[in-house]
Amino acid sequence: MVSKKLKVVNSEGFHMRPASNFAAAMGKYSSDVKIEVNNMEVNAKSVMNLIAACIKFGTEINIVCDGEDEQEALNEAVSMVESGFGEK
Amino acid sequence: MLKGIPVSEGTGIGRAYVIRSTELKYEKKAVEDKQAEKERLHAAVEEYCKRTDVAADKLSETAPKEAEIIRGHKIMMQDPFMISQIDDKIENGLCAEAAGEEVLDMFRGMFLAADDEFTRQRATDVDDIKAGLLRILLGVKEQNLSDIPPASIIITEDLTPSMTAALDKNNVCGIVTENGGRTSHSAILARALELPAVLSVPDAVSVMEDGMTVIVDGSEGIVIAEPDKETQQFYIKKQEAFAAEKKLLADYADRPTVTADGQKKEVYCNIGNISDAVTASEKSGEGIGLFRTEFLFMESEHAPDEDLQFETYKKAAQLFKDGSVIIRTLDVGGDKNIPYLGMQPEANPFLGFRAVRYCLENKELFRTQLRAIIRASAFGCIRIMVPLVTSVSEMRQVRQLIEEIKCELEAEGTDFDRDIQLGAMIETPAASMIADLLAKECDFFSIGTNDLTQYTMAADRGNPQVSYLNNVYEPAVLRSIQHIIKCAGGAGIPVGMCGEAAADPLMIPLLIAFGLDEFSVTPASVLKTRYNISKWTKEEADRIADVAMALETADEIEKYLKAEIK
Repeated sequence: MVSKKLKVVNSEGFHMRPASNFAAAMGKYSSDVKIEVNNMEVNAKSVMNLIAACIKFGTEINIVCDGEDEQEALNEAVSMVESGFGEK
Repeated sequence: MLKGIPVSEGTGIGRAYVIRSTELKYEKKAVEDKQAEKERLHAAVEEYCKRTDVAADKLSETAPKEAEIIRGHKIMMQDPFMISQIDDKIENGLCAEAAGEEVLDMFRGMFLAADDEFTRQRATDVDDIKAGLLRILLGVKEQNLSDIPPASIIITEDLTPSMTAALDKNNVCGIVTENGGRTSHSAILARALELPAVLSVPDAVSVMEDGMTVIVDGSEGIVIAEPDKETQQFYIKKQEAFAAEKKLLADYADRPTVTADGQKKEVYCNIGNISDAVTASEKSGEGIGLFRTEFLFMESEHAPDEDLQFETYKKAAQLFKDGSVIIRTLDVGGDKNIPYLGMQPEANPFLGFRAVRYCLENKELFRTQLRAIIRASAFGCIRIMVPLVTSVSEMRQVRQLIEEIKCELEAEGTDFDRDIQLGAMIETPAASMIADLLAKECDFFSIGTNDLTQYTMAADRGNPQVSYLNNVYEPAVLRSIQHIIKCAGGAGIPVGMCGEAAADPLMIPLLIAFGLDEFSVTPASVLKTRYNISKWTKEEADRIADVAMALETADEIEKYLKAEIK
């Protein structure tokens, strides 16, 4: 299991487009991908759960990947969040 | 009269065409062959996605943004986690309809419980998705509207993409639905078809009957069945006015603002947040004349940090490539209280510890905001505007602070606009009196007419007994405006106006005569203001101004302007 803590940097947080891109990207991996935020655990492959979690700008999140390709999954997840989903 | 949510502007008058869709009801029954039931669900999901694709493709040219929302519905429906939850419920014995409804309702509840407006709005999308899925599972045929009679007002529960696929838009003059909000399929389709629409009208389908005369006011959210002659006349007029304005809109969108004799002017917008900024750019505003930053501070329970402010200002700057974005520093106090700033109650808050006075005493808060603004200046043309200036020394203190921040950023290697402009909001009699002195300290002026009027007339804006004095046509106010603009001109700095007067068709010739450069108005008034400016030559405007400024009372002036300006 690998994980990394980071801050959400795009101003609208995980709204519709970032959430669906993120869920789709994570869906490619066989590992479980979870986001720990505000004492909740969110399935990062589910766009519905990401939207419902309402993760806003500046929130600290912990991305947890567990499985065969966990490192690759984490790398992509981190780079998506850090780059502000390309829409900073 | 029925009321609902206005989602697509305009007025429609026609005959009711009521579509009573088969109810999406089903009997909850225990499922024997669970595998087959899951397959039925998966096939329905696939069909839903296919239909949504077709609808999105159809919309993508006329309404790309709406097409995007519909594609969002597809992505939500395809959520593998959600589908597995529905599968689990089927495994526990529920039929596909009940399983789907339960899971979607659960998400709907989660979205509605969110503390953010964007997320709550998505709940209506979940409703739409659910209805679409149930319709497919139940094999409910969608209505075919290909033979709808001319001048129909469609009255239905929900307007769906496949319903409209065969629709001859020329035969429809309005839409009324029982369900849906601004981002529902129905709303999206109505806007894409440019048809007036009112949604969420309770019991519309049961109250209305085929052939009834119906008025739909998609701007106000009003539906009237069997109107009397007078009401009809009123709405026919409204319809004509809307059509005329729409034509104007089309003519004056995306073109520069010039007077009849070719003088270049600018029409900017007053905004409070990023979504306003987007509207401003869509409505053809050339820049932002007043970004009220208070809302950023009011939205949360503590002051927004530098990064959050930076992101917001940067976004605004990026929206306007050719025009400026004028950001007003925190204008707290007066009637705008922000709880966590711990401001003390005052006997005369409008004459008290507010705006720049507060900021210069609370330097950390001020410095954070200025740093965010200056950092954002790397991404467009940002200007800084200081509210409630009354003295030269205030401007000097702000400028010094800005210079310090620039040095810091330089040392950090952070990019910013080295020539970022600093201006004063001229909204007090004091600032007006020393406008010549302030002009030497400022790169631009912006006249805030609302406060300038109340302070000049010494009349509280909120007190109805003295509201007659809060009148921009008062000679005292007009002279003050004229003087400010003259001082700016003398110093060679640009001058704008943000306040209701900038969009007032009666004021526009006076402002052109005085020499105003930039008119900052609400996004909805941009095109009208651009049009009103285009009507005047400097010579004609001067003639009007000469007469008006020689008159002695506000009444006389207003009467004269009304007679001259139709």
